[in-house]
Amino acid sequence: MAGSSDTIVDLSQAMVTAPTTAADWLVIAPVALCLTFSALSLMFRKDVSRQAPLAIVGFALLLIVAILLLRHVWMNGTMVMTMGRWLPPFGISFTVDMLGAMFVLTTAVIALLASIHALADLDSTQLRYGFFPFLFLMIGGVCGAFLTGDIFNLYVWFEVLLISSFGLLVLGSEREQIDGTTKYAYLNLVATTLFLVATGYLYGIFGTLNMADIARKAPLLRETAPLMTLAVLYFFAFGMKAAAFPVNFWLPASYHTPRIVVSALFAGLLTKVGVYALLRSLVVLLPAERAILAELIAWVAASTMLLGALGALAQNDIRRLLGFVVVSGIGVMMAGLALGSPLGLSGAMVYAVHSMLVMTALYIAAGLAGSITGSMAIGATGGGHKADPLLAFAVPALRPSRAGPPPFSGLWPKAMLVKASLDVGAWWLAGAILLTGLLTSIATVRVFLLACWRDRETVEGATSGGLLRAAPLAALLAMTLAIGVYPQPLLEAANTAAAAILDNAGWAAKVFPEAVQP
Amino acid sequence: MNTLIFRTVAPFLTSLMVLFSIFVLLRGHNEPGGGFIGGLIAASAFAIYGIACGVSPVRRALYFHPMGIAGFGLFIACVAGIMSIFVNVPFMTGLWVFPKVFGVELALSTPMLFDIGVYLVVVGAITSIALALEEREED
Repeated sequence: MAGSSDTIVDLSQAMVTAPTTAADWLVIAPVALCLTFSALSLMFRKDVSRQAPLAIVGFALLLIVAILLLRHVWMNGTMVMTMGRWLPPFGISFTVDMLGAMFVLTTAVIALLASIHALADLDSTQLRYGFFPFLFLMIGGVCGAFLTGDIFNLYVWFEVLLISSFGLLVLGSEREQIDGTTKYAYLNLVATTLFLVATGYLYGIFGTLNMADIARKAPLLRETAPLMTLAVLYFFAFGMKAAAFPVNFWLPASYHTPRIVVSALFAGLLTKVGVYALLRSLVVLLPAERAILAELIAWVAASTMLLGALGALAQNDIRRLLGFVVVSGIGVMMAGLALGSPLGLSGAMVYAVHSMLVMTALYIAAGLAGSITGSMAIGATGGGHKADPLLAFAVPALRPSRAGPPPFSGLWPKAMLVKASLDVGAWWLAGAILLTGLLTSIATVRVFLLACWRDRETVEGATSGGLLRAAPLAALLAMTLAIGVYPQPLLEAANTAAAAILDNAGWAAKVFPEAVQP
Repeated sequence: MNTLIFRTVAPFLTSLMVLFSIFVLLRGHNEPGGGFIGGLIAASAFAIYGIACGVSPVRRALYFHPMGIAGFGLFIACVAGIMSIFVNVPFMTGLWVFPKVFGVELALSTPMLFDIGVYLVVVGAITSIALALEEREED
């Protein structure tokens, strides 16, 4: 384009010339903050007394930034920042819409609460081996995945969070942990490699990695390029990440091995990154292919939820049981993906937020119950309600919250998804969602009866470990109740997000403001 | 590896390699080289010294723990990106200053700072792995 005879370089041909305001920095702030604090806590990792304030300050800052980001996106729509000033699609763009901002805020909440819990739960050896550097890196990776608008960059953030999650998993170096980590590592590496293969293929087809650019160009290439292959590859890779049937086996095999706070974080965050990536790649980038695949996705979703719920019924270890509950939740979110309607998508998003909060809370509660009774096997636990009143309230409140009756947060997304399925006549999908709710209730009530309600001599001197360990649980519980009683803001946010991810033209206009002809 | 020749040569080899690694690091802006490959060269220098003279002299000579060095490198790289907040340009934009030191114009930039961060991360991470492996062999 540029004439070779030009001697004066016109920067506006290559670079973003509009000045960047402080508000724009909110886009990158969650990632930059996490990486910086990860570096700091790595430098001070021997000094255990300094880890705690560093972590709390870091995650509190992250929470503030995430709230500001959500507020800004809510008021002004999608935000874009392109790294290094190079014009997109050459510079890497971070594009934040409601979906990303909502998930980042939830991540920040969970990170802060989990780190508070970790301070009370982990001993100084584990802190010295680098719990907080890994945690900051992982949260940075998760935020990066939610915020980026470049598909190869998404792969990079997947790697960042994956590598730090290996570190978190193996922390403690017990035999069982190494076993779990090996399974987790290999199977996740397979999924990530597939993601990379698919992305290489995509680059070969489109010649661009910027998501808005891909979404813009997809309709032009649909006739000639094998986009269906791409869609299937992405579906398989991210489905494996999200632990969808039939590639879900790695999750129950590894989530019960690490420290309970690590399990809580993984269950809350990591599979949801897979779900997020599915939404991004299939709904935004390849919508026509998703529509063709819809029936397959729906079957996968239904079998994932039922298999998860049945698996949960069969387990005897609380943590393994929760692993299957995570899987069944993934199925419910994928039902929204299969439906693809605005109602279905916003139902999936609300369910994802709810699931992040509740799964984290459930694992923390299981940890507390385990430390009261000294065992994670359902048959061996009991007497929880006597030892700790909070636990006695939390467990019966959280478990149905997962299944879905009022007044907890599980009700609304399930109602939305059931309605959305009935709207398109997919009665069997609605039935699967409801049946999963019933089975999950049975599985979780069984835990409640055996682990908490049943009278049993408690171990002498066993406590749940003080206020610091229990406070995050209480906070999460309050949040799930608040969402259950007053869901309006969350539902509105999810509706906006669903509308935003279905509006490709609006998105592309934000990333390419000069409106290059298609 | 306790031969006399190796033990005599190792310190010279190490210092030469570290010097060369810094050369490669600084050369990397416009020519082949850079923080990653420079860091690898420096890490292999420390590994050689560790093989020749044992791990604890290396740790003493490095003074900081390798992981601490890696953490510092990551911090510098982050700072290099965040600096652009002060001039109203996006994250990671290259910024340049040209101060005159003793009549020589120096080209200092945030990409260079970032590259130094990468160098330190690679040195720290690879050295810490190499030293841990060498320690195993001793007992």
